[in-house]
Amino acid sequence: MRVNGAETSAELEPRVSLLDALREHLGVTGPKKGCDQGACGACTVLVDGRRVVSCLGLAVQYDGREVTTIEGVDHPVQRAFVRNDGLQCGYCTPGQICSAVGMLAEHAAGEPSAATERVTSRPTLTEAEIRERMSGNLCRCGAYNGIVAAIAEVAG
Amino acid sequence: MKDFAYVAAPDVATAVRAAADAPGARFLAGGTNLVDLMRQHVERPDTVVDISRLPLTSVEETKSGGLRIGALMRNSDLAAHPLVRTRYPMLTQALLAGASAQLRNMATVGGNLLQRTRCPYFYDRATPCHKREPGTGCAAVGGFNRSHAILGTSASCVATHPSDMCVALAALDAVVEVEDVRGTRRIPLADLHRLPGDTPHLETTLAPDELITSVELPAPAAAPSRYRKVRDRASFAFALVSVAAALEVTDGTVAAVRLALGGVAPKPWRAVEAERVLTGAPATEESFRAAADAELAPAVTLDGNEFKVELARRTIVATLRDLAREGSRA
Ligand SMILES: Cc1cc2nc3c(=O)[nH]c(=O)nc-3n(C[C@H](O)[C@H](O)[C@H](O)COP(=O)(O)OP(=O)(O)OC[C@H]3O[C@@H](n4cnc5c(N)ncnc54)[C@H](O)[C@@H]3O)c2cc1C
Ligand code: SF4
Ligand code: FES
Ligand code: FES
Repeated sequence: MRVNGAETSAELEPRVSLLDALREHLGVTGPKKGCDQGACGACTVLVDGRRVVSCLGLAVQYDGREVTTIEGVDHPVQRAFVRNDGLQCGYCTPGQICSAVGMLAEHAAGEPSAATERVTSRPTLTEAEIRERMSGNLCRCGAYNGIVAAIAEVAG
Repeated sequence: MKDFAYVAAPDVATAVRAAADAPGARFLAGGTNLVDLMRQHVERPDTVVDISRLPLTSVEETKSGGLRIGALMRNSDLAAHPLVRTRYPMLTQALLAGASAQLRNMATVGGNLLQRTRCPYFYDRATPCHKREPGTGCAAVGGFNRSHAILGTSASCVATHPSDMCVALAALDAVVEVEDVRGTRRIPLADLHRLPGDTPHLETTLAPDELITSVELPAPAAAPSRYRKVRDRASFAFALVSVAAALEVTDGTVAAVRLALGGVAPKPWRAVEAERVLTGAPATEESFRAAADAELAPAVTLDGNEFKVELARRTIVATLRDLAREGSRA
């Protein structure tokens, strides 16, 4: 598995999740464990550029893939989070940022969302679109307004 | 999570052979349901056959004008596929109404079909549940049952099938193609899931070692269609009630209708009674209400979910009304 551009390997039992492999075995602690049930998004990472929740995948399933965690992200959305107060405690932030990076790529590829009026159209990133597309990332501190503003700023 | 033997299957033949050789094995696709249930010790397989790399990830046009969808296609890829968006918009809407973007990037078509109920007691090993452990009881009947089913239930289980995608597939008359070491067969979606009866632990008509390889959609109808989902928050929540509908109106009369319901039954619920009442009837609010009433007449409610009858009625009527308007504008 490549993690943040570096070839890594570990001998793991098949029951180890991708999240636990990263945090406990590879020392990559950016992805956070919130719920361990797919419901909060704190553990979001990019696999081959696509956002996933690392708590519900087994590490063995990602053998040979390219995994990017917040440690490997270098994207304008990071500064935009700081400028727009997109965080308070910061626990959800690594997941929010990875999710935002994946989301912007999905939108650039023309993918619709549940907020898209006509699914055959190419939607623009309105506030409603951003909120819907980011609904897999919860923020216990309620920094949502800043998060949406940060993403809107980068989306232009 | 209990330890298990892990088999990575590079092709279908290896996958079905491994499952046949290890009774009680589970196929692992996106993992978004199975890994969760294994972590809660609700699922405890000795062998896990990883099918996530099987090359069943494409959408092909069939000779009859429909589509064949590979079972390992991700929910997000299917929702965004140009042929699905243009020809089966109801399916795109249903997929996008489910879970979150991250989960849809992992979840597969086969896994979505076979995802298990979200009844909280099914997940909680400290409570009785006939589905998890036959013969122990049902904690939902006297417990918190706001999310539970009103149609097709039994004394032993009142859980819902939680999928959004499946509701659209039920309305679209999808056919599921499966394979095991003995060969292949085709199962209409309506016959894939079972009602609980007194065996709620048996959820489908598949043998444990049968692999879903694809889902076939018949040629699309021209009628306007829609998936509408009602839930406790605006996004990222399971349906309380959902409706997949397609309505074709000619000269003010219902020429054809497809209607399926989610959130109200133990399986994706094709509303055949409502369709029967509507076909040939005037496309009016009165007909829509009569159809909804006919479908919901056999509803059996619990303390917490009585509201679902009225909610389902209103959602059916509103969806059909919108489609009738859309059709008359076109
Ligand atoms: C927080 C959360 C919220 C969610 N919200 C929604 C929602 O609003 N709406 C909704 O519809 N869904 C929702 N889901 C459920 C999600 O859609 C399912 O978990 C997903 O579709 C399962 O697909 P998978 O590929 O990950 O399946 P897996 O977890 O890999 O497998 C699920 C089951 O299917 C079997 N299986 C998988 N593929 C095959 C195959 N090809 N042949 C035979 N058996 C197979 C497995 O053995 C297993 O028993 C939610 C899930 C989570 C975690
Ligand atoms: S409703 Fe079904 S799944 Fe829920 S506790 Fe009762 S038997 Fe178990
Ligand atoms: S820890 Fe993975 S989604 Fe919450
Ligand atoms: S900033 Fe604290 S949880 Fe989001």
